[in-house]
Amino acid sequence: MRRTDYVIKRALFALVTIFVAITLNFFMFRVLPGNAVTDLARVPHAGAQLRRALTVEFGLNKPKWEQYLIYLRELAHGNMGVSFVYQQPVSQLLIGDLKNTIPMVTVGTLASVLVGVFTGVLAAWRRGSITDHISTNAAVFAYAFPTQWLGLMLLIAFQDYLPSHGMTWPLAAFFPEPFWQHLGDVGEHMILPALTLLLTAYGSYTLVVRTSVLETLGEDYVLTARAKGLPVRRIVWRHAVRNALLPMVTMIAMDFGYIVGGALLIEVIFSWPGIGLAMYNAVTERDYPMLQGGFLILTVSVILLNFVADLVYFRLDPRITE
Amino acid sequence: MSALMHEPATGMEPVTRSGRRGGFFWTLLKDRKTAAVGLGIIVFFVLLSVIAPYISPYSATAQSCAVFAPPSVHHWLGCDDGGVDMLSELMQGGRISLVVGFAATLVAMIIGGGVGIVSGYFGGWVDITLMRITDYLLVIPDLVFAMVIADIWGPSLFHVIMVIAILEWTGTARVIRAQVMSVKERVYIKRTRALGASHARIIARHVLPQMGPLLIANTVLTVAIAIYLETALAFLNLEDPTVTTWGTILEHAFERTAVSSGAWWAIVPDGICIALVCVGCFWLGQAIEDALNPRLKIAHLSLTRWKIRTLAGRGTDAI
Repeated sequence: MRRTDYVIKRALFALVTIFVAITLNFFMFRVLPGNAVTDLARVPHAGAQLRRALTVEFGLNKPKWEQYLIYLRELAHGNMGVSFVYQQPVSQLLIGDLKNTIPMVTVGTLASVLVGVFTGVLAAWRRGSITDHISTNAAVFAYAFPTQWLGLMLLIAFQDYLPSHGMTWPLAAFFPEPFWQHLGDVGEHMILPALTLLLTAYGSYTLVVRTSVLETLGEDYVLTARAKGLPVRRIVWRHAVRNALLPMVTMIAMDFGYIVGGALLIEVIFSWPGIGLAMYNAVTERDYPMLQGGFLILTVSVILLNFVADLVYFRLDPRITE
Repeated sequence: MSALMHEPATGMEPVTRSGRRGGFFWTLLKDRKTAAVGLGIIVFFVLLSVIAPYISPYSATAQSCAVFAPPSVHHWLGCDDGGVDMLSELMQGGRISLVVGFAATLVAMIIGGGVGIVSGYFGGWVDITLMRITDYLLVIPDLVFAMVIADIWGPSLFHVIMVIAILEWTGTARVIRAQVMSVKERVYIKRTRALGASHARIIARHVLPQMGPLLIANTVLTVAIAIYLETALAFLNLEDPTVTTWGTILEHAFERTAVSSGAWWAIVPDGICIALVCVGCFWLGQAIEDALNPRLKIAHLSLTRWKIRTLAGRGTDAI
């Protein structure tokens, strides 16, 4: 019973947050005074016909509250307007970009979690030793260096050895590669962006894992395990670390927003054709529908990922009832 | 009993309290090396920013050497794409970056501290509403949100400061709220209330001073985040193009072929400055938080107990 309560509560929170994000998105682009072109129909070089169609679609000649309702209705149908630059539906463009972002971010995040857990456990295990100092300070500095700086450093170091630009070799569109070759191509291009994400994100995990393991090492069940004469390796990895990793789930969830921001900068540096680069281009080209759509898609993904993390956390730790 | 009851109103308490607070920071700096080093780094950069116009060797905007000239005796850190001396540019950039960091933090602290105190002190629906708003802001991705607002408002230093402040007050609000909730249950607050002190007076005289160290820890940590976020916004072309900050230096290096020219001197020192300030803030803030959080201390103590291993002499095989 409590379990369903919890799930319903979190689901409701996610839904309301998504609704707030949608409303915020409308508010920022159509109500807030500023440079934003409030007219979604102002597609450059667009014929009168497209302009009229868009005006009707989004009710741009109607009062704001009515526009809001129309905006919600169109959104429910997956209509986010037309990109000023590409003159194509925003939703299609952005979903294509999102498909490029996800593999890179997933690889980078998984790698950073692995490195973070390993270095964190090591630091806690050898607390006060030189290993601890190196591991902790490296994590603090990796965390403090700006993402774009780390990316530029990797570019300087590896630009001659590894692909530094885009997602495939430039002529891939003209000479289709067999699947495995294509995968290798993308993988090779992914090394630098994913490595940057790893460097920028792992530090916070190291610090959290370290604190968390230190706390669990002081628990009574660790004392019991030690009294039973279990080998230390087993005590640390099976008893302490497993329990210490619980807060990591929330931590990673809280970090999604941060990772998305980091990925945005990384995509700009390495011209990775993902949703972050699309938003960056939208800013430079004043393509407001793209910017608006990108914000919505990224925000909603982060909210959904947070919801999933909440459920996972609940599953891992049955003590959670709130 | 009556002496006790009069204590909060006689003006005795503020004196002892401020004495204790001064003591808190003094002990902190003495006991924790990271706190002292962190403070040292921050003070160094603040001082450098203040005296930058008097000691910077060249102009931070005009050309003084060849394009991408490498570091030399005359130009210690080389020159950028416009032949501007990097050292002077870094000093000037640091000035603006620190101003953005501190100004955004100040605004964020006022909003966050205010929301936290009101929310924690009054509770009820005020609390629920304010906490829901912070929950939403915590979930929305920082940089993406900042990017959109900064773009709509247009690039300017003031807008960047406000955007960062709007994003970064939530963490502080939560921490302060939790603390206020525990402080307000203490007996002396209830006693003061019973004596007829107004809410405003209780908050100003009895709650706020208790928040001092915690607010300072949060301020320091937020300064790091604000400087960091500013570099990201500058990198996305959302900073006022006429100013020089540590963020715009990186952005120029990226856009104006510093990487392909191999001009590492236009990139490396800048990142080191940003990282040093952030690490300094992090160390100081973390040290204050650690000192305030007894739970961590207990964990550390119990861990010290485990250090039997050196005595037992079982090497790495024992904890």
